[in-house]
Amino acid sequence: MIRRILTRLGTSVLVLWGAVTVSFTALHLTPGNVVDVLIGSSIVTPEVRAQIIADYGLDEPLFVQYATYLGRVLRGDLGQSYQLHEPVASAIGAQLGPSLQLAGASLLVAVVVSTTLAILTARRRPWIRGLSSNLELIGVSIPTFWTAILLLTIFSFQLGWFPAVGADGLAALVLPVIAVALPITTMLTQMMREGLELTLEQPFVLTARTRGMSDLGVRLRHALRHVLVPTVTLIGWLVGLTVGAMVAVEQIFSRQGIGQLTLTAVGGKDLPVVMGVVLLTAVLYVVVNIVVDVLYLLIDPRLRGAT
Amino acid sequence: MSTPVVEVTDLHVSFPGVHAVRGVSLAVHPGECVAVVGESGSGKSVTARTLLGLTGEEATVTAGRLAIEGVDASGFPERQWRSIRGRKIGYVLQDALVSLDSLRPVGKEIAETLKLHRAAPRHEIPGRVIDLLTEVGVPEPEVRAKQYPHELSGGLRQRALIASAIACGPRLLIADEPTTALDVTVQAQILRLLAERKRAGQALLLISHDLAVVAELADRILVMKDGVVVEDGTAAQVLGAPGHPYTKSLLDAIPGPGSRNTVAGDVVIRAEGLVKTFKGRTAVDGVSFELRAGQTLGVVGESGSGKTTTARLVLGLLQPDRGTVEVDRRQTQVVYQDPLSSFDPRFSVRRILDEALEVGGTPRRERVKRSVELLEQVGLDDSVLDRRPLKLSGGQRQRVAIARALAPRPRVIVCDEPVSALDVSIQAQVLDLLTGLQAELGVAYLFISHHLGVVHHVSDHVLVLKDGRAVESGDAHQIFTAPADPYTQELLAAVPGGHYDQADPSRRALPGREQHHRLVRPQVG
Amino acid sequence: MAFLALVTLAALAPGLLTGGTPDAADALAALQGPSADHLLGTDANGRDVFTRIVYGAAPSLLAGLGATALAVVVGTALGLLAALGGRVVDEIVMRLVEIVLSLPTLLLALLVITVTGPGTVNVIFAIALYTAPSYARLVRAQTMVIRNAGFVEAAVSLGLGRGRIVTRHVLPNAFEPLVVLATIEVGTALVAAASLSYLGLGPQPPAPEWGAMLSAGRDYFSVAWWIAVFPGVAITLTVLSITVVGRRLQRRIA
Repeated sequence: MIRRILTRLGTSVLVLWGAVTVSFTALHLTPGNVVDVLIGSSIVTPEVRAQIIADYGLDEPLFVQYATYLGRVLRGDLGQSYQLHEPVASAIGAQLGPSLQLAGASLLVAVVVSTTLAILTARRRPWIRGLSSNLELIGVSIPTFWTAILLLTIFSFQLGWFPAVGADGLAALVLPVIAVALPITTMLTQMMREGLELTLEQPFVLTARTRGMSDLGVRLRHALRHVLVPTVTLIGWLVGLTVGAMVAVEQIFSRQGIGQLTLTAVGGKDLPVVMGVVLLTAVLYVVVNIVVDVLYLLIDPRLRGAT
Repeated sequence: MSTPVVEVTDLHVSFPGVHAVRGVSLAVHPGECVAVVGESGSGKSVTARTLLGLTGEEATVTAGRLAIEGVDASGFPERQWRSIRGRKIGYVLQDALVSLDSLRPVGKEIAETLKLHRAAPRHEIPGRVIDLLTEVGVPEPEVRAKQYPHELSGGLRQRALIASAIACGPRLLIADEPTTALDVTVQAQILRLLAERKRAGQALLLISHDLAVVAELADRILVMKDGVVVEDGTAAQVLGAPGHPYTKSLLDAIPGPGSRNTVAGDVVIRAEGLVKTFKGRTAVDGVSFELRAGQTLGVVGESGSGKTTTARLVLGLLQPDRGTVEVDRRQTQVVYQDPLSSFDPRFSVRRILDEALEVGGTPRRERVKRSVELLEQVGLDDSVLDRRPLKLSGGQRQRVAIARALAPRPRVIVCDEPVSALDVSIQAQVLDLLTGLQAELGVAYLFISHHLGVVHHVSDHVLVLKDGRAVESGDAHQIFTAPADPYTQELLAAVPGGHYDQADPSRRALPGREQHHRLVRPQVG
Repeated sequence: MAFLALVTLAALAPGLLTGGTPDAADALAALQGPSADHLLGTDANGRDVFTRIVYGAAPSLLAGLGATALAVVVGTALGLLAALGGRVVDEIVMRLVEIVLSLPTLLLALLVITVTGPGTVNVIFAIALYTAPSYARLVRAQTMVIRNAGFVEAAVSLGLGRGRIVTRHVLPNAFEPLVVLATIEVGTALVAAASLSYLGLGPQPPAPEWGAMLSAGRDYFSVAWWIAVFPGVAITLTVLSITVVGRRLQRRIA
């Protein structure tokens, strides 16, 4: 148990360190003078240039530069965006709220909808399962940005049911959440249904039925828990996918958020911001994985004894 | 006579494409034990599940009469069936490791029956769970109730499963292969527990593939084959004077002492002082033996005794920590318990045999001819050549595995539980095949099994293992008739059917034991 | 299946399916709805949408296939290295893989493109970089499982040589699921490439590419829905067919 936690912590540190290194490498691989790369397409005074060289230790050997950069990141200093004229950390901080809202709401909707669908369709009549799995296939195949455009056109422009722009209020959240949640929901439903179908074949399910438990009762009280371990794994993995999907969705719905920020930064070659976002997502990955590990232990007692 | 607890006449159950049960009639009276015996696919479990209304949505069930405690149940809606399950009829499946929910403590599983039927006020349930565990003979019930199935031994798990089935005091307990996954000594304990329930007035319906297991408990035995009851009578009638040829063949198929008249050749395996430790656990601890050409050495023991590790040491798949094995590995082949996993899933029978012949040095152009010969030797024909093992039956797969082992013309074949996964009648055929091949080709077997009857049937010499140590070894006849070691005696006493139970003549004699003295427990593992 | 054949044909020989050229602008015929003249309508510059979709098949498919092929090669090499190279190599490779996997897919691609600039080849590289680790994982896991499989032990007991066991039993069994995954992933890679193009990071206008066309059509959505809808349909149907084919392969192997 303790060994498990230590291993996870060690891996986490390694992942974060790796992300920092990837960022640093990206900075130096970019063609052109590093100072120009950091500045991107904005225009700065010679004083600022000198400041950047000093901040990043660009007149030092590469190794020292790396150490300097590592040290700064450790102190929580992600650098300065010369295009936004503010520190990267505060730029990210300002956009974090709406993005978390969208991501959280999407994951919640996806989990609730897919659990319900999986429980209702697992081991049902062939046409129900066929319909459901065909819908899932389509759901996985539709590119998120296209879904978003379709939703926007139909429900905002044509029908006028939901606002087309902005991040204010619940109504503005509905369409982006549907767009982000759709592929996640279909993937989750598919996996959970297959998992449930395997579980429902297990002898302990028959045993529960012979005690007088109803079919739905068995699904909820016994079978569901058995598919939770793979489900949690998949959700942990899908968090990364969600972040990716949000880039396009935020742009289409003109929502504020990390996605928009990143996209603008990529367009303007604002590398400090991109590097900041990369580090942020690495932190997210580490946090999600620790949560996933803890959930494993809560779900499955057999894992508690294991190292 | 009193009203039967359950009664069914002319029962038919069919699934799309399969008519699984055809015209079965049976009744269980209070305090009576009825056994339904048959091989896989005989329809015995489907029959039992019909009594609980659990045949599934795809099944079509018709019956002349289906009554539970005299009440017609043929038109029961799902709701009413649920009030029967667990309350009027309890059901115990085999292998509690998978029949209990692995993610919940066993106490919760037992409590579930009580809660579903509101059999006790909420605050009394924990106490009732403890009482039930005590009743089925689980020591330290307070501790055990909080443990998960994987933390309990096989015997305790099975007891907990029984406790959950009898929690609401059902009139009838259906036990579907209740001892099948258990070691022989544990099996004996569970059978004793069921016998106690019966003495306490509980009606029992036993479902088993094993005549020997039910022989001790059943008042009445029904033998099923392909969905039809071919024999129905008192235990004494069925075991002593079986009327149907199938029952006779089942009784004959049960392996027991075989007539051995092999001639010992030179030594082909000599193992001395073998020791193998895995992560601090000693799996094999100072085992020595010798196998001579043309003979069979049976290695017998319960799970965890070190049988398989010994085999792997002989095959050179593991290196011993200490001790030596003298064996010519080029002359040694192996047959596994699960032949399917030992075949590359992409290979057809033709390629499987071709590869083995290639190893044996058979020239390419002769291989097809040899393959067909090998298949004939193991009782198959060339129609299986282009099939994949997945499409073959269990018996056919094991025959292909034997053919593959024979292909390089070995002097020794290591057989690791070669018949444990097979039905009784198939088991007998494969054993006959192995002994026949030995007589014909003079091949020696290192024969590993947990099954005493099987080992007795094929062995010249026997090695009994317990916790990695050899507790007894020597002539097979000697060990099975006059065991010296207490553990061997316990093992033999635990075998149902009572054949080896010489220490305790007071136990109920099996009817017809003289005619069918080969009644020893075969087991599907 | 038939659709996939059609798309492939469009990619290989677009001239067979349409008489027009993708960049033929006709200002007088701008923003026309689907008609007999213009099967799927025209865009803001009066270019025929159908023709552009047909010509867009090649770059779109190429991005998906190219990225997958590159990822499979790199991933397999890494996976085999990890599985067979001993514990130290395994640790290093798998940690690297985990670091790459820890970054959201699209973000990693964005990082790469920030560094390299937009363009088809860069998109392929970006996508290959973040999909390769999944292949590495699969190949490693498969190799490990198969190495311990019953039939490999049986082959050892039979007396088969080590080299033969690897080439005859281990590799073929390890590659079957890889082929299935790769097939399905061509679709995913295609969507990823289209997403990047959509965001303006792929082939630059006026090149006909489905994602870029969608992006261009987006501004006219309220007046000319067909410009964005049909490239979207093309992407979805292509991915759908690829996935269906992949699933079928999967079932045949299972």
